[in-house]
Amino acid sequence: MFWQQLVNGLTLGSTYSLVALGYTLIMGVLNIINMAHGEVFMFGAFVGLFLVNYLKVNIFVAMAGAMVASALLGILLEMLALRPLRRRAVSDLAPLISTIGVSIFLENLALKIFGPQSQAFPAGALSGVQLQLGPIRITLVQIVILGISFGLMFVLRFWLSKTRVGKAIRTTAESIETANLLGINTNKIILLTVALASALGGIAGVLVGLSINAVEPTMGLSMGLKGLAVLILGGMGNITGAMLGGLILGIAEVFTVAYGASSYRDAVAFGIIILILFIRPQGLFGKRQGGRF
Amino acid sequence: MKKGLTKWFTGMMIGTLLLTTAGCGGGSAPAANSESEGAGAAKIGVVAYLSGGGAAYGQSQKEGLDLAKDEINALGKVKIELVYEDSRGNNTEAINAVNKLINKDNVVALIGPTLSGEMFASGPIANQSGVPIMGTSTTAEGITDIGEFVFRNALPESSAVPQAVKMAVEKYNLKKVAIMYSSNNDWAVSGYKTMEQALKDNGVEVLATETFADKDTDFSAQLTKISSLKPDAVMVSSLYQEAALVLKKAREIGITVPFVGTNGFNSPELIKIAGKAADGAIVASPWYPGKENEKITKFVTDYKAKYNKVPDQFAAQSYDALYIYASALEKAGSSTDRAKLRDSLATIKDFQGVTGKFAFDEKRNPLMDATVLIVKDGQFTELK
Repeated sequence: MFWQQLVNGLTLGSTYSLVALGYTLIMGVLNIINMAHGEVFMFGAFVGLFLVNYLKVNIFVAMAGAMVASALLGILLEMLALRPLRRRAVSDLAPLISTIGVSIFLENLALKIFGPQSQAFPAGALSGVQLQLGPIRITLVQIVILGISFGLMFVLRFWLSKTRVGKAIRTTAESIETANLLGINTNKIILLTVALASALGGIAGVLVGLSINAVEPTMGLSMGLKGLAVLILGGMGNITGAMLGGLILGIAEVFTVAYGASSYRDAVAFGIIILILFIRPQGLFGKRQGGRF
Repeated sequence: MKKGLTKWFTGMMIGTLLLTTAGCGGGSAPAANSESEGAGAAKIGVVAYLSGGGAAYGQSQKEGLDLAKDEINALGKVKIELVYEDSRGNNTEAINAVNKLINKDNVVALIGPTLSGEMFASGPIANQSGVPIMGTSTTAEGITDIGEFVFRNALPESSAVPQAVKMAVEKYNLKKVAIMYSSNNDWAVSGYKTMEQALKDNGVEVLATETFADKDTDFSAQLTKISSLKPDAVMVSSLYQEAALVLKKAREIGITVPFVGTNGFNSPELIKIAGKAADGAIVASPWYPGKENEKITKFVTDYKAKYNKVPDQFAAQSYDALYIYASALEKAGSSTDRAKLRDSLATIKDFQGVTGKFAFDEKRNPLMDATVLIVKDGQFTELK
């Protein structure tokens, strides 16, 4: 049972990681928490569902579609809710509040468009297949989630550290003013970052939707809160931190249920987070001074 | 940087708080407040879970009520006007809705709210204001202990669940079972306690008791643990949303035993979400659309014609509730006197509804029988 529960914890954790990656990217560059990320995640799930159910596309095409749609949503978010505030140089809290507004708007919009009932992906879309590896039973969905989360993490890390655009993003994260002086079009870079983060949220939505096989308008809130916890645990704006933080939270939750009492699941999981933060207040991988990613 | 970090942490805390509270606001559907029913129409307020996770329950209730209202008004003995408020499954919203209906809309009586937790929160207000309130789906223990003005035609869990458990124990020769329930839902916890008692009465051993929370989506840890204990059956007390996901996951990891549920299993949504995984789900219900009965056949046909689907238990009980109110209003002879309506409501007996023969006992709980159902090939069928 131990190995099976470990696999359960890893899959649950990797969905948390995927959600936290989006928070971390935006946190790293803009130093704000995008409260609408959970709802972008939910929209991604619905777009994927729509593509599979009505346009009958392959599930991987649906994932790509959900990424594109969520990226567009991210661009709108940046243009309408973040950029106007940045230009006026208002309080740091203002973008937080405006993204909360966006999240409420998106949730209610989804309730109107898609209705309150949860909907499922059709049986053919990945879900049914299972593999038996010794003592553990793993579904294809779980493998895909694990593969895509880790794959995205490595691609993201490589891209940020090696490519020109990645370097521009890191420069912007360091200081927007300096990046401007160096001739980087920071508005474009920020737009790109928000779009990228939202695309990650979108694909996370489809993957989570596939694994629990129920997509509904309020699914973003609880997932968003878990993502926020992981963001703090891993160290704000740190990609490795988001990844490992998610896995730690997932495994902690599953093992509390497996070897303790299920009622204390959240208490233990968040207790661990508090303990880690006592020892490392900057989070697992956060640095005390500047220099992110 | 460090300063910025602290600032943002505080910001996040505030944000989270704001988000949770903001999430509760707004969204109450504008009441359909038409005066078209004319003077003398009795105004009945309805508080239902019309949006959010359990909206399918509220939607069914609204459909059942609308159908009953049209029929009653067409019969012409009494005129009824319905005013809807959305409680979003939230206790605070339910309180606000009840206050608004009583004080602003001046209703003569109330139907709802959908969830027992909401009733525990808002029932006392109706009771203090002297407005009769009838729950059609509030099945938890102690609902009518709130006060003299609180009624229900929902069959309490304490009567339905033991019937389902007993039937399942006899039918499948259950010796040891596992229990799962949602620990942050009043009604689910009450259902769990009833289940536990019923299992004890039948001499069944409980191998494990696992909890989860409303809105949870991952049950793999609990079910992996249960699977390793090899129970003869699993008992689940939760709303359909979580119940469906539990069933799905359970079948996925190879648990094939029957699942016995509380009232949350009692919705076609369970089958819709869980699909094939719902087969083997057992529940006791006062409502069974397949029963041979003229009244039921007519109701099912009319409902199908209007909404293009088979009515579920929530629609059926709401439909009956409005008819019960109608006959009480007729007896009371007034469409505005709340106290008179309460007294006449309390005397209702030998009422024939689509959920069977009905009477209120001295504690304003229903006296009625349940049928034990099992899901077979995606359909609720009678367990015999």
